[in-house]
Amino acid sequence: MKRLFAAAGLVTLLAAPAFAAKDSVTLGMQLEPPNLDPTGGAAAAIREVDYLNVFEGLTRIDESLNPHPLLADSWTLSPDGLVYTFKLHPGVKFHDGAAFDCSVVKFSYERAVAPDSTNAQKGYFEPIAKTECPDPNTAVITLKRPTGRFLYLMGLSDSVMISPASAAGNKTNPVGTGPFRFVKWVKGDRVELTRNDSYWGKAPALKTVTFRFVADPTAAAAAVMAGDLDAFPNYPAPETLDQLRADKRFTVAVGTSSGKVIMSLNNARKPFDDVRVRRALAYAIDRKALIDALGSGGTPIGSHYVPGDAAYVDLSNTYPYDPAKAKALLAEAGVKPGFTMTLRLPPPAYARRGGEVIAAMLEQVGITVKMENIEWAQWLDQVFGKATNFDATIINHVEARDLDLYARDFYYFNYKSDAYKAIYAKYIAAADPQEQIALAQQLQRQLAADEPAVYLYAAARTSVWSAKLRGMWVNGPIPANDMAAVSWAD
Amino acid sequence: MLKLLLSKTLALLATVLAASLVVFVVLQVLPSDPAALMLGTEARPDTLAALRHQLGLDQPGWWRYLLWIGGLLRGNLGVSYTYSVPVAELIGARIGVTLPLALLSILLSTAIAIPVGVLSAARRGGPADTALMAGAQLGVAMPNFWLGILLILVFAVGLGWFPASGFAGWDRGPLAALHSLILPAFALALPQAAILSRVTRAAVLETLGQDYVRTARAKGLTATKALWRHAVPNALIPVVTIIGLQFSFLLAGTVIIENVFTLPGLGRLMFQSIAQRDLIVVQDLVVLLAGSVIVVNFAVDLVYMLLDPRIAAR
Repeated sequence: MKRLFAAAGLVTLLAAPAFAAKDSVTLGMQLEPPNLDPTGGAAAAIREVDYLNVFEGLTRIDESLNPHPLLADSWTLSPDGLVYTFKLHPGVKFHDGAAFDCSVVKFSYERAVAPDSTNAQKGYFEPIAKTECPDPNTAVITLKRPTGRFLYLMGLSDSVMISPASAAGNKTNPVGTGPFRFVKWVKGDRVELTRNDSYWGKAPALKTVTFRFVADPTAAAAAVMAGDLDAFPNYPAPETLDQLRADKRFTVAVGTSSGKVIMSLNNARKPFDDVRVRRALAYAIDRKALIDALGSGGTPIGSHYVPGDAAYVDLSNTYPYDPAKAKALLAEAGVKPGFTMTLRLPPPAYARRGGEVIAAMLEQVGITVKMENIEWAQWLDQVFGKATNFDATIINHVEARDLDLYARDFYYFNYKSDAYKAIYAKYIAAADPQEQIALAQQLQRQLAADEPAVYLYAAARTSVWSAKLRGMWVNGPIPANDMAAVSWAD
Repeated sequence: MLKLLLSKTLALLATVLAASLVVFVVLQVLPSDPAALMLGTEARPDTLAALRHQLGLDQPGWWRYLLWIGGLLRGNLGVSYTYSVPVAELIGARIGVTLPLALLSILLSTAIAIPVGVLSAARRGGPADTALMAGAQLGVAMPNFWLGILLILVFAVGLGWFPASGFAGWDRGPLAALHSLILPAFALALPQAAILSRVTRAAVLETLGQDYVRTARAKGLTATKALWRHAVPNALIPVVTIIGLQFSFLLAGTVIIENVFTLPGLGRLMFQSIAQRDLIVVQDLVVLLAGSVIVVNFAVDLVYMLLDPRIAAR
């Protein structure tokens, strides 16, 4: 027996890394990115590895969604709100040595709107009429119409700067201007980044950053507790949080996200085309009880916007929990007790477990809910893609400030409102920040009144990291793990 | 022998072709659009069309099938939709995890099961037999993912002897790589060993009752010698059959254990590519696994011949 223990000890010694001042961080992520090019795919995992680490845009978005100068040192806007003149930071180089200048800006934005572009947010670039380069360090961007959110949109991960020389290879070998350069990607296991020693800005404290992909929540909890991982943003095992909170080795941080968990209704299908029915469903759901039952935190909401964003207006009490009122509204709309609706549920717990809770609540007002579990690919194809073959679904809309969804001619919940579209047109054109906020609030009120979906709660973002780690983002309004300012305390 | 080899190769090709057709048709029927999965909920129709064109998804199904099979015959497995790298490269890297893991667990399970099975057959009805078979019963009943989690909690989280998850990679040396495979190998091997030990026990019990064992004892061999020289070798054919089945299972069925231990193996690749509708990877993997099952069966047939020369003479 003694020998067995000795042998095991030897194995442990062989595997242990050499002792040195710690300048590396290993982060856990549940999903592996499909590729590493943020301009060629929608997956949040791409951004969680790349954004602000490998790739940078003209502006950057901070933890509160405000744009700041990044590759553009400063800018001016013409009085008519149509011409942005960006002063670019001089002497910036891509990781492969290629120079960053105005020609790169022109290339990146034109590539994003090209006919063969696979940028998931092509719409961001649609307002751009042309990009001109009077000199290498000046970019003049002319818009087709005033676009108040332009600096914000150009700071997001879909708008990062791409070098013509490396654009084609970014899916597997990303080359950007950021503080970390890509080292390798062991598919199915990890991505490794290392410090960019010739970074144009402030050098990061960390030498290496490794992203490890741990899909299973139990495995994630074990890897954190065993010390294999230094941090796990968006921690997937809420049932172990109490244990981690009690353990001095860890920090458990609960922040906000841009995720809005909603029960989307098919507004084109009877009886959900009747606003009384949609409001009745809203009255029938006890949001607080739902959040408690799910155990992963959150704040009740009444519209498609999250607290913490400057333009948020609290409408969570528009339809307070009131089963009697729900029943009355249903009767008024001619929905008989025993009416059956189908709720299609994608895999995450908020949908599957949340669906069960909501089904029980709707049962109380005389609605029978048939739950149908589907996987993501099916959800995208059948609910989102075809948008005809569903009554209701539960989904977390994770995109920040995505009020445009309701202004689209076609979107899966089939909401059609000319009043909303009119306010939205003013909102995207508004250049004055105060006016923009006022219009965003009008949009939220319009949605709360029409209730095209039952707004449930703003999802919390719970993360776990080593108690000695400094500088991690607590809030996650956009998918990102900005590692430039992260360091170890002594 | 040559005839056998030829007929096996033909069977291999026919099975692989049938498997390829079945998996292709099934994946076409599945509700999915790989391009929509990659571009998410904000994508515009023209962007989707551009990506579908890049992936070749705008071509008719029969033409895509022919392109794929034509590529396979020339040794070209195609390019993954999601990762945009050759599938051969993906599979190659993953085999380096799954194959050693399967070999290690089959070694462990055999090394545990044969002595246990033989011992309990020899001590039939005794306390050792009762204890070992009770243990085996427990092993059969234990799901391997549960055992995996238990091993992680005790040896990784509690004692810290092994990493809780992940694969160190062969580039960090064979010791580090094996170190990260030990717990998953045990989690896979113990339930398999439980089954194998029961099969071994039953087979040895049967041969122990045969005339030739009695004859061996009559001509003066001790009970132990008769057991190891005559009863055990003759009991090996069913044992080898089970080992062959288990090996196929381990190659294809490590999905769950690879998820529990977060190992970048074939099982996880299969799981991920199904979820992401990386159809070409799924197709290649199914063909590969179908082929490997047939190869393993063939190897088992060869071992039969070694164990029992009468089979080869037939």
